[in-house]
Amino acid sequence: MQLARVIGDLVVTRKDENLTGIKLMVLQPIAADGSDVGRTLVAVDAVGAGVGETVFFVRGKEASFPFYPTEVPTDAGIVGIVDHWDIES
Amino acid sequence: MQIARVIGTVVSTQKHPKFEAAKLLLVQPLALDDTPRGTPLLAVDSVGAGVTEKVLVVIEGRAAGEALGRKGAPVDAAVIGIIDSVDVQE
Repeated sequence: MQLARVIGDLVVTRKDENLTGIKLMVLQPIAADGSDVGRTLVAVDAVGAGVGETVFFVRGKEASFPFYPTEVPTDAGIVGIVDHWDIES
Repeated sequence: MQIARVIGTVVSTQKHPKFEAAKLLLVQPLALDDTPRGTPLLAVDSVGAGVTEKVLVVIEGRAAGEALGRKGAPVDAAVIGIIDSVDVQE
């Protein structure tokens, strides 16, 4: 999993039917110090995250597990909203 | 699997139910000479690892789910061992 900031959301009308009712968010992955790292991506949301929140997301087909038994065609999914994180340098 | 160092912890209240009671660690993958390699990632802890410890991490969903002991958990990385030593002979 990786930390990310939710920086936007998507409206997609015409899509795979298994994506119906699922929120799509734009994520900017962040490093442990909170700075942006890597490319932005689109992820499905399984926890009700909002724009501006810090979240953690999972990559791979496991991103579809929260919607089981619906087989959601996704490769990234938000699975938690971060309250805070601590690093020891 | 990857060698990594635990550099921090993450606290989340609102999360997928399969994460209930799971400990989330921030781990920094390491090269063999212990220098950081790539971006830190989050892994669930299945062995009781602590901050600053050197650990073995699987970065693959099925293996991570098995380490957590829960079927169908949306995880892609898990700490599965605490490394005592690494010996490389080239």
